[in-house]
Amino acid sequence: MTDATIPAVRFRAVSRHFGETRAVDAVDLEIRAGEFFAMLGPSGSGKTTCLRLIAGFEQPSAGSIEIFGEHAEGVPPYRRSVNTVFQDYALFPHMTVGENVAYGLMVKGVGKAERTARARDMLALVKLAGFEARKPAQLSGGQRQRVALARALINHPKVLLLDEPLGALDLKLREQMQVELKSLQRSLGITFVFVTHDQGEALSMADRVAVFNAGKIAQIGAPEDIYERPQTRFVADFVGGSNVIEPDAAIRLGLPAGLYSLRPEKIVLGAGGLTGKVESLQYQGAHRRYVVAIGPDRLGVVTPASGPAFPVGATVALAIPDGAAHRMEGGA
Amino acid sequence: MRNRPPFGVTIAAIAGLLFLHLPLAFIFLYAFTTEEKSYQFPPPGFTLQWFGVAWNRPDIWAALGLSVRVAAMATGIALILGTLAAAAVARHRFFGREAISLLITLPIALPGIVTGIALRAALNLADIPFSFWTIVIGHATFCIVVVYNNAVARLRRTQGSLIEASMDLGADGFQTFRHVVLPQLGTALFAGGMLAFALSFDEVIVTTFTAGQQQTLPIWMFSELIRPRQRPVTNVVAVMVIAVTLIPILAAYYLTRDAETVGGEGK
Repeated sequence: MTDATIPAVRFRAVSRHFGETRAVDAVDLEIRAGEFFAMLGPSGSGKTTCLRLIAGFEQPSAGSIEIFGEHAEGVPPYRRSVNTVFQDYALFPHMTVGENVAYGLMVKGVGKAERTARARDMLALVKLAGFEARKPAQLSGGQRQRVALARALINHPKVLLLDEPLGALDLKLREQMQVELKSLQRSLGITFVFVTHDQGEALSMADRVAVFNAGKIAQIGAPEDIYERPQTRFVADFVGGSNVIEPDAAIRLGLPAGLYSLRPEKIVLGAGGLTGKVESLQYQGAHRRYVVAIGPDRLGVVTPASGPAFPVGATVALAIPDGAAHRMEGGA
Repeated sequence: MRNRPPFGVTIAAIAGLLFLHLPLAFIFLYAFTTEEKSYQFPPPGFTLQWFGVAWNRPDIWAALGLSVRVAAMATGIALILGTLAAAAVARHRFFGREAISLLITLPIALPGIVTGIALRAALNLADIPFSFWTIVIGHATFCIVVVYNNAVARLRRTQGSLIEASMDLGADGFQTFRHVVLPQLGTALFAGGMLAFALSFDEVIVTTFTAGQQQTLPIWMFSELIRPRQRPVTNVVAVMVIAVTLIPILAAYYLTRDAETVGGEGK
């Protein structure tokens, strides 16, 4: 269908300023055709603005955007082969579910019989067969989201944008939708770009993740890269709450001088050459989360709940296995 | 038990409501009296003859026709201008937005007599003769306000993402307005239009300044008060006016009330 060498979306030094604020600041980005791409970051980091730039709701203040090789500047949202699943779903309250899904076909002038049939197929695809005649107000949050998904997919977009798609759902539904979105994306072969502030969601669903901080991309890579090999202090801390070890602390902990990221679950508790004191303990079901003080330094440690527990105040031995600490290149 | 108000408050509330609405009952009562010169209580007898008399009076029909045409035209103008103004104010931020919002709503706060004198002076200065259209312009000044207020309130409650969703799905500006914005606004505009019609229909003060020799129905009633004969005919017409204005106001009330759930949908 589409040439795999042409990226689905390409940003070249794209900026978007709102007055003094640089919501997006000279971002370069390539989203490959057919991939499931996550834009991860805290609120205000520019990830949603990037999504809106792709959709066409925002225009770049500087730089250029290409969608499958075509320049997007000045192209209004209704002429882009991109569709969006909105955070609040934005279903039209005065239309039935069937009319909502068929809306994209209706405004294109597709005949009534065909659009009804295609809307029915789309609803079946998102497992809402038979819901055509209902109004959005009669649906649960999860069902509304599926309608929003069907409505966005009926136009066969080249890129599907999802803005915090699972944010409003409860945990169980969210996990189920993660699996479904992933398999839907695989079977349709459409490029999915989704925005989230939930690192777990980004790591579990995406082929590649871009971590946003203050209008810039802090790191971009496969979930394993982002998690195991954070390049900056921000990424280490934001993705999975890693221990960031300063150069002076590194020497005290027996590592060569340098800035390190050390995942809390990689630290061995109960044996080893370091001695610390348990400052706090949280039981989290599958895990126990400790804060252990080693002299002036504090490390977060996560152990499986099936292992031995150490009470608050206990002196405990701990070890940092070889290769557990990842040395970061970037300073900040 | 605990929420029951003191006895005195209940009495005061009932007295207040009676004071507001009892005079209306007299309007109804004297539409059926046999005594045509004065309002004596209790009425000496009851008759339906005044309805027949009113039916056969061409001056009433002329006044009623004028009032309906003025109200319809003023409402039509208000619907178009009020909606456009509301769309501009609700969707865009621009310099002087609040000032414009205030200027649009001011005519309903200004005393009618001020609006009336101002319009009359302006019409005289511009050498525009009084006509059907001068009455319409006078009424439109305050009819726009109710349409504007209704439309602005609804637009502010409508999710901005609905418009974006429509554009995203391939609808251009006109299609978005027709398929998404207008249905959202529909009941608000209908309610605003009803209120505007009712306001125009019983307006006296501005009309006295902007009408020439023509009589709208309220003006006709006003002039009829000083007549010594056939007084109950005025009451008959008053009953009709109450019916004509009350029905749209009630309709507007119920429509906007039900629409709360429509506007707040989505979360």
